[in-house]
Amino acid sequence: MNENIKFVQGNEACVEGALFAGLDFFAGYPITPSTEIAELLSIRLPQRGGKFIQMEDEIASMCAIIGASLTGSKVMTATSGPGFSLMQEALGYAIMAEIPCVIVNVQRGGPSTGIPTRVSQGDVNQARWGTHGDHAIVAITASNHQDVFETTVEAFNISETYRTPVILLYDEVIGHMRERLIVPKEGEVPSVKRLKTSVREGVDYHPYLPREDGRLPMSDFGGVHRYNVTGLFHDMWGFPSDNPKVVHDLLRHLVDKIHNNVNQITKYKSYYLDDAECILISYGSAARSALHVVDYLRPRGEKIGLLELQTLWPFPHSLISEKCRKAKYVIVVEMNMGQILKEVRIAVEEPEKIFLANRIDGVFITPMDIRNIMRLIQGKGV
Amino acid sequence: MAIKDYLRERFFPHLWCSGCGHGIVLNSLLRALADLGMSKNEIVMVSGIGCSSRISGYVDFHTLHTIHGRALAFATGVKLSRPELNLLVPMGDGDALAIGGNHFIHAARRNIDLTAIVMNNRIYGMTGGQYSPLSGQGIMATTAPYSNIDYDFDTVELAKAAGATFVARSTTYHTQQMTKMFRQAILHEGFAMVEILSQCPTYFGRKNRAGSAIDMMESYKENTTPIGSKSKMENPDLIERGIFVQKEVPEYCNEYDKIIEKAMKGR
Repeated sequence: MNENIKFVQGNEACVEGALFAGLDFFAGYPITPSTEIAELLSIRLPQRGGKFIQMEDEIASMCAIIGASLTGSKVMTATSGPGFSLMQEALGYAIMAEIPCVIVNVQRGGPSTGIPTRVSQGDVNQARWGTHGDHAIVAITASNHQDVFETTVEAFNISETYRTPVILLYDEVIGHMRERLIVPKEGEVPSVKRLKTSVREGVDYHPYLPREDGRLPMSDFGGVHRYNVTGLFHDMWGFPSDNPKVVHDLLRHLVDKIHNNVNQITKYKSYYLDDAECILISYGSAARSALHVVDYLRPRGEKIGLLELQTLWPFPHSLISEKCRKAKYVIVVEMNMGQILKEVRIAVEEPEKIFLANRIDGVFITPMDIRNIMRLIQGKGV
Repeated sequence: MAIKDYLRERFFPHLWCSGCGHGIVLNSLLRALADLGMSKNEIVMVSGIGCSSRISGYVDFHTLHTIHGRALAFATGVKLSRPELNLLVPMGDGDALAIGGNHFIHAARRNIDLTAIVMNNRIYGMTGGQYSPLSGQGIMATTAPYSNIDYDFDTVELAKAAGATFVARSTTYHTQQMTKMFRQAILHEGFAMVEILSQCPTYFGRKNRAGSAIDMMESYKENTTPIGSKSKMENPDLIERGIFVQKEVPEYCNEYDKIIEKAMKGR
């Protein structure tokens, strides 16, 4: 039997993806439903000389991975809603100081301690705006374990390419469900290495002076270039500055480097969209039920399609606008009170044709739930 | 190496008030590094937020100026990832023991090899003179206008109880002792905590009628005494200076190396 074929939890698929991407360092704190990621990495990382540490809280976990990333390590932490709230301060630091790192949030119900063992997709907006101040963020997700693997690798690639934290926004169903995963061979999925500076020892290295292509080559802490890293607005040496031009230019750079590359960053899957009169838009585990509805109704003559979003932030507004132009109506399927719905309404020309099919009770949304809501929208009654 | 070579003169003048004790701490620390002949590339300084934490901008090491209270958590990530580097973690009293108190005790408990320096001026200087967990009862501050009712921590006792394997205290008056302590703390393999009483004439001094910077330093001379001295027995209110704990205990990164060995062998 091919030993690369595994029957695993989504959390394990995430671990496999992280290790494939070259994870060196993990710091975390136990929290349901993400704990399996920490447990598995405490076994797997030292087997290949990597480092695992259980910190005193999620604040410290996030800080520790930032510190480790600066030494050249590929780093990750994993948590769920309450822990993700605690990480927001240091997440903002990673954005400001441009430190590559990956944060997994296996979502459960909130607010507060909420419903720890049940599914939700309620952290979509926390991922976007959880940390203070204007900023850009990358948050990506997946609906099956093969995609969890690849999305996790992609998270590392984006974090290295753009020197930014990347949030993997999975959910409890994805995290705990078991299904097949085929772990690719080395090289089958591209893995981005850190871009290191070519500036030689003794030559002035500017850690925050972007190259012409906008990228910022790094120099490892402990190497030959000594520089300052701070969460304050800073100049090209990384030294604090309140010069209005420096402040303006840095904030623009932090936002533009992501938003100018929406098309490169955006990943999605489409099913039967070409002639679809009804389009379902979904993501994460909810997209499984949405796909089931489409697969059921298509052979029965309904012109229905699915747009499965894998990139949630930066939000692909033009993609949504283009795909939904011909649709008679669009239904956003998600397990929250309409967090992506609002973005979709902003993106399209006719927001009144956008509807929501959701559940917010900790129960996984089923194909029947979606079809019942569709009947209501179509005026057919339940 | 001359002390000047450890500084980033490009980033001077510094932002500390005249009379501030933090520059004296910086001086003593750099002297200790020079005495040890340490090269700049092997030193990482991680600091938090506050007057004291700006120290990292002025030194020509790998410097990480982080967020309030979290310096030790960042430093833990750097150290565990690259154990061969020497970590210096200067913090203020509010930084280390109010918002950062949890990270302080857990870094000490792990016995991870780094040098934590608590620059204790008993006040939040950068925000304008609020009381800290080291101010103590009866102290006046901008948030204690009728005098402070909070009891203070004893930093040394706290570090000892949390498991720090090197614990020392000195003051900005006792610069030679301070330099010697830093040398020993840096050479110590494990979590080293050095508390330095450092005057803030601008806020603590003015609010509490403690006089000029020189007066405040004089008071460090008068109100402190070497550990176990005769005068301590005669006057228990005196603050002891010196090395309280210095013991060899397996260090965290070394212990993790053994975990790697075990894991690679398949347990």
